[in-house]
Amino acid sequence: MVKDELKVGWSKIQLASRIAQDLEDGWFVNLGIGIPTLVADVIPEGREIILHSENGLLGLGPKPAPGEEDMDLVNAGKEPITLKPGGSFFSQSDSFAMIRGGHLDAAVLGAFQVSAYGDLASWKVPNDPLGRVGGAMDLTVGAKRVFLCMQHNTKKGESKIVEECTYPLTAPRCVDRIYTDLAVIDVTDDGLVVQELAPGVTFDYLQERTAAPLKNHTTSDLKAKTL
Amino acid sequence: MIQKKFENTAKAVADIHDGATLLVGGFGGSGLPSQLIAALVEQGAKNLTVVSNNIGAVSDGVAALISNNQVKKIICSFPVGPHADDLITRLQKGTIELEIAPQGTLAERIRAGGAGIPAFYTPTAAHTELGEGKETRMFNGHLHVLENAIIGDYAFIKGHKADRWGNLVYNKTQRNFNPVMATAARITIAEVDEIVEVGDLDPENIATQSVYVHRLVKLEALREEGVLANG
Repeated sequence: MVKDELKVGWSKIQLASRIAQDLEDGWFVNLGIGIPTLVADVIPEGREIILHSENGLLGLGPKPAPGEEDMDLVNAGKEPITLKPGGSFFSQSDSFAMIRGGHLDAAVLGAFQVSAYGDLASWKVPNDPLGRVGGAMDLTVGAKRVFLCMQHNTKKGESKIVEECTYPLTAPRCVDRIYTDLAVIDVTDDGLVVQELAPGVTFDYLQERTAAPLKNHTTSDLKAKTL
Repeated sequence: MIQKKFENTAKAVADIHDGATLLVGGFGGSGLPSQLIAALVEQGAKNLTVVSNNIGAVSDGVAALISNNQVKKIICSFPVGPHADDLITRLQKGTIELEIAPQGTLAERIRAGGAGIPAFYTPTAAHTELGEGKETRMFNGHLHVLENAIIGDYAFIKGHKADRWGNLVYNKTQRNFNPVMATAARITIAEVDEIVEVGDLDPENIATQSVYVHRLVKLEALREEGVLANG
């Protein structure tokens, strides 16, 4: 693949690792489908983070070794996973009681669009006859923290961070933090605040690729500019 | 003596009538009662309302009923996958109705149906397209939408082992929608790998109690490998 600009930012697995760094010891965390799934493979050593899978398990572990797959042991994306010691299985109604009852410390979810106010659009593109809501609306309302994990721009180069979502909403005012391949951005009462820039990314580079105003709270910006 | 075992899937689904509401367990291929679905395709009941989380993830799921023109309405959370094409063409022709429900709301509507609760308020889907047209009410300063319970005429569920009374245990994440759907139908039909004698299942492990299960079918063939599918 030929790219006419210098490759900057985090790879998908680096992005998953960056998110995993912010998950605290003892947290119960739900991982959505797509890049969030990768977080299960990069939990920092020595930290006990209990991963919840909406289809009905707590204690999700990494992908099984080739040949060890069990199609009755799968994650929300229907991919084979493993169960950690201390893990358990339960029904959908129990699984969503955990989610909707506010028992999960964080949900890591994908997104089509996120607004400057933390409105999330993640289940349907306009004019799609179907839509794919799954547990997204329950997680955004029920989890204590909502972290987004996404590419900063679409394949066409459009910003996924927008002033107002034009896609159907998953929930309004629900996102706490946005992790993209380019930056870590908090949704605050004062707007979108950039906390960290990925390697090779400057604040100006980021703002150019973002369709909503950003505030710069990074200390690494100067360093990035000299790269 | 209690005897819930049916000789085969064809006999277990024989009385399902046109226009019935059918709950179908499973999450993708895991916990999917695919042999009961195959028997219903053969039986041919029409104008069904089918409630199931995933449509189109696998070819031997609800997609088979849609392709055979037996379904008038689908209630689900995730109608996406490699086998959703027949659903899309029927939606475009207007011959099928699709109701998308958030997954937790779907599970809770079924739970409520099984527990005798006609409706409940939830904040999920408030301020969204899926909450439009529903009654709303403020609780603790937040908007909630009223959601109605779901009750099936029949439920198709998949278990690992049953005893003669219809107590069930499951295998890992095969459990998913099966226990809750088992509670919410007038006739719950379970396909299982094995039927054992009463007393052989550990009472601590029984996840669906016999009170909810009306018919049992033991799968004769070896369980097929689940089909790996994203979406």
